[in-house]
Amino acid sequence: MVGFGDLDLLTLQQYWWAVVSLIGGLFVFIMFVQGGQTLINKLSTTETEKTMLVNAIGRKWELGFTTLVLFGGALFAAFPLFYATSFGGAYWVWLAILFCFIIQAVSYEYRTKPDNFLGQKTYEAFLYINGTLGVFLLGAAISTFFSGSEFAVDSNNFSHWQNSLRGLEALLNPFNYLLGLALIFLTKISGALYFISSIDHQQIRNRAVESIKINMIFFLVFFLSFLTWIFTKEGFAVDAQGIVFMQQYKYLYNFLEMPLLLGMFILGVGMVIIAVFVAITYRKTCCIKTGGVGIVLTVTALLLSVGLNNTAYYPSTYDLQSSLTIMNSSGSHYTLMTMSYASLMVPFVLAYIAYAWYSMDKVKITKEEIEAPDAHNY
Amino acid sequence: MEDSLVDWSRAQFALTAMYHWIFVPLTLGLGFIVAIMETLYVKTGSAFWKKTTKFWMTLFAINFAIGVATGIIMEFEFGTNWANYSWFVGDIFGAPLAVEGILAFFMESTFFAVMFFGWDKVGKGFHLLSTWLVAIGSNLSALWILVANGWMQYPVGMYFNPDTVRNEMMNFWDVLFSPVAISKFLHTIGSGYVLASLFVVGVSAWYLLKKRDVIFAKKSMLVGATFGLITSLFLILSGDESAHQMAHKQPVKLAAMEGLYEGHEGAGLVAFGILNPNKTIMGEEEEFLFDIEIPYILSILGYHELHAFVPGLKDLVYGNEEYGIMSAQEKIDKGRIALSSLEAYKEAKKAEDIQKALESQQILEENMPYFGYGYLTNPEDIVPPIATTFYAFHIMVWLGGWFTILFVLVLFFLTKREILEYPLLLKAALYSIPLGYIASEAGWVVAEVGRQPWAIQDLMPVGVAATHISSTNVMISFFLFAVLFTTLLIAEIKIMTKQIKIGPDGGH
Repeated sequence: MVGFGDLDLLTLQQYWWAVVSLIGGLFVFIMFVQGGQTLINKLSTTETEKTMLVNAIGRKWELGFTTLVLFGGALFAAFPLFYATSFGGAYWVWLAILFCFIIQAVSYEYRTKPDNFLGQKTYEAFLYINGTLGVFLLGAAISTFFSGSEFAVDSNNFSHWQNSLRGLEALLNPFNYLLGLALIFLTKISGALYFISSIDHQQIRNRAVESIKINMIFFLVFFLSFLTWIFTKEGFAVDAQGIVFMQQYKYLYNFLEMPLLLGMFILGVGMVIIAVFVAITYRKTCCIKTGGVGIVLTVTALLLSVGLNNTAYYPSTYDLQSSLTIMNSSGSHYTLMTMSYASLMVPFVLAYIAYAWYSMDKVKITKEEIEAPDAHNY
Repeated sequence: MEDSLVDWSRAQFALTAMYHWIFVPLTLGLGFIVAIMETLYVKTGSAFWKKTTKFWMTLFAINFAIGVATGIIMEFEFGTNWANYSWFVGDIFGAPLAVEGILAFFMESTFFAVMFFGWDKVGKGFHLLSTWLVAIGSNLSALWILVANGWMQYPVGMYFNPDTVRNEMMNFWDVLFSPVAISKFLHTIGSGYVLASLFVVGVSAWYLLKKRDVIFAKKSMLVGATFGLITSLFLILSGDESAHQMAHKQPVKLAAMEGLYEGHEGAGLVAFGILNPNKTIMGEEEEFLFDIEIPYILSILGYHELHAFVPGLKDLVYGNEEYGIMSAQEKIDKGRIALSSLEAYKEAKKAEDIQKALESQQILEENMPYFGYGYLTNPEDIVPPIATTFYAFHIMVWLGGWFTILFVLVLFFLTKREILEYPLLLKAALYSIPLGYIASEAGWVVAEVGRQPWAIQDLMPVGVAATHISSTNVMISFFLFAVLFTTLLIAEIKIMTKQIKIGPDGGH
């Protein structure tokens, strides 16, 4: 029987880059929770409405959290040099992101509990910070995959970050803001689509549709600017000897040279646009599905493109040859093989998540449920 | 690497780990206790058990949320603060963390939502299954992270690849079923079960002292104390196995735990002792100012033999030819040979001198078991802080013994007498809740302080493992974590005590 062990190292590295990209795509999709958190006040006029909104996303926040943890774990196991270089190097960016998620984790549960020390407003502010700053910083961090960072890897494969701002220097590059801002507005859109699908309440649905109209414009502006930037800039390419060099239009070529990715990307963006269009025009309530798949496809394709086709996915502008590629930063053949078997569990996991999700969401959240005397509310 | 950086990095890891560990053991145990209660509800159909389940579930959720909040940093901290470690062993260490995500965390988080919000949305059976899956999921995640921790204490299933300058996994099953990992897992989840039992028994005792919700409190107490007694016995057995593993794999830690400076045959266990603070490893001073020793027990625990030789710190640092124990200096010398032959290997490779590369590689492989010693300066560096390790160990053992007695007493007075008439016992049960936390944290202090200076036993000392970063950065993040986690802890305790005061009929 043919197993993962029979695949050569490069194929396993590509497989794992694909898995990581998919997890990244799923994570951005589940960030509708973050986007939703920024809409809580906008879409509600009463305390009950606000509680309905919080509870709708409150039942999903842990999935997002878990996906983030898995994203970290998969990178650790599959690309340990990235884990060491980026997390240890861009110290403050990652810690800031983690702080934004730490405060999210307690906020749902503690928000309306009596005697909660910080008060309801603080926990709601925590959710807002998580939904804006947390999302923005993640976008900016991913943007450095295209803009590069300053680090050197020594002969022991130990990394040395060269900028004393420890990652915050990424914010000095205005181009890195584009993806961060695009991500904020994208998650606001998906958050609104999710509310529309899971809450049976006409006014909330109307307000959600209105919010999508504005956020879609902002999203398109920032996302198209981001695409213009990466498609016109020099990219970090790798030759057959593993030498990293600058190549004009590298990221554009990546899509053109990998038509499957291009198709995936266009399909994904198209699905997001269609979902938004249908939600606004025909007031359909199920557009989170189309939009969600669209987001997963778009983000997965984007991440795939920066790792495949002889590209250095985590480039160093300080020392070009220290740049990380999926070839020079990965785990060993044995570990990638072992992990690949573990990854076969992913469809099973997705299946039970989908089943539990379906079971819970077939009964929509209503005002009556939230106001019921023995309800477990956030 | 500068000392202050290593110390701040250790301090931050210790801080975040100890905060995280305040919440994890309760999750591990209470998950099962709640599942048992819900099973009683589904079997009997009684509204009483539903109410009881929901009450403890509320406390579970309050605790769970902050456990998740403090947990995420643990995973990423390996990268942020121990970057060199992450490269050096990431090929082995990363795998259990990733598998933990795939197999355990999603189970927990998916069914957590069903457990809390699904009461009226899914069937009784599916709901009960979800509650069990949350408990199983949280214990599975403990398995994977403890496999990772066990591997740091006793690295197996890998080889050192000089081309990539890291350790690479050779056998996943050796890593997973490492005896150290398994005994660590069993002992740690056992401690979680006991702590959760103490929590349920103690909170119930509070109601009984207040003479309110008496039936609810008594029945909860019965479930808690029964679960606690069974798991205490399990905890003692797994602790015995841990000691046995340690004697073979981490003898320095065992010697420090026992304040054992001079090795003996038929060594005794110090039941109670006050260390002599002026004692040095070489010196002739008395080890203890005062101690009570139970003869032979340490030899039996460590080697399952009455007259087995248990090496002391002096033997382990300076060697003991009679018993074939190599001195630390000799290990340091071998470690330095390993390090220099690695450099020679790299240079030979660069110069394409295959013969020289092969020779260097062979020398490296011969000395690889001592690789980490090459980074040490003095033989005494292999000794962890003795007093901390010693006292933490003894506190843990004493308290563990007390908890077993407490569960027996509670069960006796609950079933054979009217426990309401014994307020002293109820108070003891109540005040044992914080003791449970102290014992549990002390256990981790033994495990982690006791293995210093190693990040990975014998292969990498903490000083080499840390990220290259100025210590000011880590100092700032240390205080940020300290403030944030302390704030959240205060919130958690306030919410928790408020919910307990509200009681099973009011809160939800």
